[in-house]
Amino acid sequence: MIAIAFYLLTGLLFVAALLVILSRSPMSSVLWMVVAFFAITGHYVLLNAQFLVVVNLIVYAGAIMVLFIYTIMLLDLSKGLKHKRSILVRLAGIVSGGLLLTVLVAAMRRSSEAAVGDLALVGQTSFVGLVKPLGLALFRDFLVPFELSSALFLAALVGAIALGKKGGTD
Amino acid sequence: MGTITLDHYVYLATALFSVGVAGVLIRRNILVMFMGIELMLNAVNILLAATSAFRGDSSGQVFVFFIMLVAAAEIAVGLAILTTIYRNTRSIDIKHYNRLKG
Repeated sequence: MIAIAFYLLTGLLFVAALLVILSRSPMSSVLWMVVAFFAITGHYVLLNAQFLVVVNLIVYAGAIMVLFIYTIMLLDLSKGLKHKRSILVRLAGIVSGGLLLTVLVAAMRRSSEAAVGDLALVGQTSFVGLVKPLGLALFRDFLVPFELSSALFLAALVGAIALGKKGGTD
Repeated sequence: MGTITLDHYVYLATALFSVGVAGVLIRRNILVMFMGIELMLNAVNILLAATSAFRGDSSGQVFVFFIMLVAAAEIAVGLAILTTIYRNTRSIDIKHYNRLKG
């Protein structure tokens, strides 16, 4: 049962990811990206990572994708891009991606250790993804990085406003 | 079908990462290149979350949380830069970014 769900979500994820990078209009890319994020959220559900399910839906499928859609609506993309990459460069890109996949898979095969466990069992017994253990880890072991990330967010907020301001200071 | 082990997640994340790399390499549209970067980040997220769940160690999922935070900040600043450059060049083609100097 869990295996079927895993393969269905994986198939959906790859169809969506390929359509993200291959579809012509950026808007349909964004919408396929939302589908990909929902498939990733499904994978988190299978792993019983409940905190990541919620955060992934809110931050990625919610906030980041809305940011993308607003940007696309602010830009006038009706003319489309005049220059496409030449067919040779596209072919080289695809070959490079495939080679990277080959090398990584070969490296993984070499280094893959004995299977740690079965997902059906892990999903039932894994409690590390619940909110309480993660909250304890976040506020006990990772308190300083957590607070620093709020400073990072403030810097990103100020930077985005300063960059997006019309006219600027130049 | 068989059982799903950690190896399945390793190959899933590897393939998703490669799709993201190919997307960054073959497209000229900066928005789509950003989405390729997001795909790569999410491949790493899946691998970290799977390793964390299979190992029974919550640190991996905390790191996924931090990656999401950094990705959100990166996208906010990146899209602000994109709109600024669009205002000057009327284009979101990566070709126009070669005039960025110094």
